[in-house]
Amino acid sequence: MRYAAGATVRVRAADPDHHTRVPGYVRGHTGRVVAALGRWQLPDDSARGITPPRIETCYAVRFSGADLWGTGDHTVTVDLWESYLDGP
Amino acid sequence: MTGHDDLPAAARARQLEERLIAAGLTSDDEIDAFLTGLYTSASPVNGARMSARAWTDPRYRDLLLSDGDAAAAEQGFEGLSYQLRVVANTENVHNVIVCTLCSCYPVSLLGPSPGWYKSFAYRSRTVREPRVVLREFGVTLPDTVQISVWDSTSEARYMVLPLRPAGTGGLPADELAAMITRNGLIGTALV
Repeated sequence: MRYAAGATVRVRAADPDHHTRVPGYVRGHTGRVVAALGRWQLPDDSARGITPPRIETCYAVRFSGADLWGTGDHTVTVDLWESYLDGP
Repeated sequence: MTGHDDLPAAARARQLEERLIAAGLTSDDEIDAFLTGLYTSASPVNGARMSARAWTDPRYRDLLLSDGDAAAAEQGFEGLSYQLRVVANTENVHNVIVCTLCSCYPVSLLGPSPGWYKSFAYRSRTVREPRVVLREFGVTLPDTVQISVWDSTSEARYMVLPLRPAGTGGLPADELAAMITRNGLIGTALV
């Protein structure tokens, strides 16, 4: 587990040509880890039939609505696998 | 009037079933048995009972919020196919669940998801303007209440623990459970 709760992380901006679970609207954005959820197969690998798929920690990461959209006073929390993230 | 069988989505689903059956991976009987089992047990009554119990039992509330799977198992729902995460509404925070990538949702505890939950409009607008979306559902929150949106993009499934309404102090758990709606457990209603 690379990131503890409270850590600042940045979502990788890449737009892969294969299946991924990174919603486009958080790419390149900075958020804060709320919790580590568990260690699961990386969907990018399992969807492509890569065996064995990488097993990675998945984190709930919270973003500011205003950061994402330029407006709003809400937060959005998205579950993101470790290789979707970089440190600050 | 268009019947279910005429819908393009139904035709696609059937073609997929036929491919899986032809590949020897499943059978019509197995699919029917699975769906029958799911639809006879999956109901928002399940999530409502867990939430009402959390309102009346502080130990259970702590368990529900810290280890949703264990709390579900204690209520008789063992072996969930997902990690259940329950997020509690407070006086200051209102939670709402969405799945922007598809329509993930804890079906066994909330029942089959409503059509609007799968709609492009709900999925795209809830992360962007949740206060407006909630108002359209009849939920008008004061500006002092922060809205926390949870986008279900992983193997975790989210459920909202609604805020217990004022004036319900003496009610037993079964009467409290009857007050809680599916939308309340998604966050598009207060209870």
